[in-house]
Amino acid sequence: MIGFLIQRVLQAIMVVIAMSIIVFLGVYAIGNPIDVMIDPGSDQALREALIQRYGFDRPLIEQYFVFMNNMLHGDLGQSFIYRLPVLNLIMSRLPATLELALTAMLIATCLGIPLGLWAGYKPDSLSAKSIMGLSVLGFSVPSFWVGLLLIMVFAVELGWLPSGGRGPTTQVLGMNLSITSLEGWSYIILPAFNLALFKLGLLIRLTRAGTVEVMSSDYVRFARAQGLSESKVVGLHVLKNISIPIVTVFGLELGSTLAFAVVTETVFNWPGMGKLIIDSITVLDRPVMVAYLILVVFLFVMINLVVDLVYGQLDPRIRVKAAS
Amino acid sequence: MSDAVLRVKDLQTQFQTRAGVLKAVDGVSFEVGRGRILGLVGESGSGKSVTGYSILGLIEPPGRIVGGEVILNGKDLTRLKGEAMRQVRGAQIAMVFQDPMMTLNPVLKIGTQMIAAVRAHDNVSRKVARGRARDALAKVGIPSPEERLDAYPHQLSGGMRQRVAIAIALLHSPAVIIADEPTTALDVSIQGQILAEVRRLADETGTAFVWVTHDLAVVSSLADDICVMYAGRVVESGPAADVIASPRHPYTAGLLASVPAEHEPGTKLPQVPGSAPSLANLPPGCAFAPRCAKAGPACTTTPPVQHFEHGRTALCHYPIEPVSCQPLSLTSTTYRSAS
Repeated sequence: MIGFLIQRVLQAIMVVIAMSIIVFLGVYAIGNPIDVMIDPGSDQALREALIQRYGFDRPLIEQYFVFMNNMLHGDLGQSFIYRLPVLNLIMSRLPATLELALTAMLIATCLGIPLGLWAGYKPDSLSAKSIMGLSVLGFSVPSFWVGLLLIMVFAVELGWLPSGGRGPTTQVLGMNLSITSLEGWSYIILPAFNLALFKLGLLIRLTRAGTVEVMSSDYVRFARAQGLSESKVVGLHVLKNISIPIVTVFGLELGSTLAFAVVTETVFNWPGMGKLIIDSITVLDRPVMVAYLILVVFLFVMINLVVDLVYGQLDPRIRVKAAS
Repeated sequence: MSDAVLRVKDLQTQFQTRAGVLKAVDGVSFEVGRGRILGLVGESGSGKSVTGYSILGLIEPPGRIVGGEVILNGKDLTRLKGEAMRQVRGAQIAMVFQDPMMTLNPVLKIGTQMIAAVRAHDNVSRKVARGRARDALAKVGIPSPEERLDAYPHQLSGGMRQRVAIAIALLHSPAVIIADEPTTALDVSIQGQILAEVRRLADETGTAFVWVTHDLAVVSSLADDICVMYAGRVVESGPAADVIASPRHPYTAGLLASVPAEHEPGTKLPQVPGSAPSLANLPPGCAFAPRCAKAGPACTTTPPVQHFEHGRTALCHYPIEPVSCQPLSLTSTTYRSAS
C-alpha cells in the first residue's frame, strides 16, 4: 500500500514537471506579453527596460529555472494585469468554481446513477427508453445553448431564479462559499444544472451499460436462486460491480469540470477560474496562464490518485496486483 | 415413489423468438425422493439446464413456462409469483451452477455473500448468519472456514469455489438442490471429491439432488435414477444402474457407446451420428429419428411412452430389447456396468 502510494506520488511529480515544461514552452511561443501590456506609443527604451525587468531577455532555460525555483518556494509570480500574486488570484476564484463543479457533479450523480440503474434493470420498458433518449440530448446539445434556454425560461419568463452572477457568500474554512445560504443556492442551481447535463447523460449511459451486463451475469442469477430480493440483488451485487467505471468517469469529469467550466461560467457570468483563464489568455497574462494550467494538472493528478486508491477498495483483484 | 419431494409433471417451457416458438422443455416429467439423486442427462441444447431454471422460476423473457406443474412438498411452484416464489428459492429449493468462476461475485467477500444468502430468508443478526455460514462451509469440507469467510472468490481454487456454492445452496437445508453441471469446469480429481461429498450430503441431510449433466460417467457413479433428455423431452428414465446396464432408447445406447473409457485404445470411438437438432426446426414425430439407426416408418409420428420393469420408461417406437434376452447385441451395443 505504502509502496503503491510512493510510486503514484513519484509518477505525479514527473507528470507535473513534464507538464510545466510543455506549458512554459507553449506560452513562450505565443509571443512577448510586453507588446500587449504597454502603450503602443511608448518608446524603445521603456520597452527594453520592461523586458529586462520581467527577465524576458534571458535564455529560455534560465527563465524556466527561475520560474520553477520560484514555484518551489510557493511563488507563482505576479499577474501582469492585476498586479497581484497569481496564487492569491487563483485561490480567490477557486471556491466559486469548486462549489459550482461539486454541485454539478452531485446533481449528475444523484440523478444519473438511479436513472441508469433503472434503465439497465428494465431495459425494455418505456421509461427506460425515454431515459436513454433524454441522455442522448444531455451530451449532444451544446451546453451554452441549454444555458441560454435555462436563463430564458427560469430567469426571464418565470422569474424564479436570478439570471447570472454569484449570490451572497459566507466565509467557511477561509473560502467564500455561496451554497451556505438559500439565496446562494438560487444563484448556483441553474449554472450547476447546466454544467451537470453532459455528465448526467454520460453517467446514465455508463450506469445502464454496466447494469445490463451485471444483471445477465451468473452471480446475479445465483443470487436470485438463493432467494435474494431484487433490491438486495441491485444494491449488493450490481452497484458494487458497476462502480469502477463510474468512479473512473466521475474522477475524469470532476477534473475537467473544475478546469474547463468556462462556457457555463461565461454564460451565467459566474466569477470562477474559467473566466479568469479566458481573460488572462486574451491579454497574454502569462503568469496566470502558466500557474492555472499547472494547477489544473495538479488537480487531475490528485483526482486520479484518489480514484486509483478507491479502485483498490472496490475491487479486491486490483489490490492484489498493486501489492505484487 | 409416492414419497417424492419434487415432482415435475409435463413441464413445458418455451422461448418466443423471431425464428418462432422454441420448445426448450416439451413435456418433461420426473420425480425425486428424499435424499435421492436424479441424473438429468443430455447433450448441449437438450433442455436440461432450462428444466433446472424452470423449476426455480428463473426463466427470463422471452422464455416462459407455458404448462405443467412443479410440485415441491405439495406446492405447485409454477403458480407462485414474485415474493412468494422468492421465499421458496434458496430456502426450500436451491441451485448450484456450472462455472464456479462466475457464480460468486468477484468483488464481494465469501462471507458477505453467504450472510446475504442466510438473511434472505431468516431474520437473524449478521453475527448469527456468519456463524451459520461458517458451519455450512465446514459441512462441505472446506478447511479453516472462518478464514475463508474473509476471502474473495479469486483467492480460492475452482473446486473450493464450487464447494462454497454448494455450501450456500445448503444454508437453509432445502428439500431439493438443482445442480447444473457443477463439476464440468473442474478437473477430474476435484470432481471425484465433490461427487463423494454430494453423495454423503444427500445421505446425511436427506436433501434431494437433481444433477444436470452431459457426463454419463458422473451419473453412473452418483445418481440413483436417470432421465435422459433429447430435444426438450425425456426419452428414457429409470434407475441409474438399469439404464446404464441396458439402455432401451437408441439415443441412450448411443451416448453410452461414445464413452471413451469403455473402448480399447486405438479402436474407433463410436459416436451418435449427426448433431442435436435445432429446436426451431424439429422433425415431426421422434426428434431423434434422423440420427437413429433403428428408425423405421413409424418414427414420423410422435413416439409413445413405453413402460418397462422397475418403473423404466422409454419414448420410442422401437425400444432396444433388454440385453439379457439379446446376447448377440452385446458386440454392437457397448454398455456400462452398474458398479
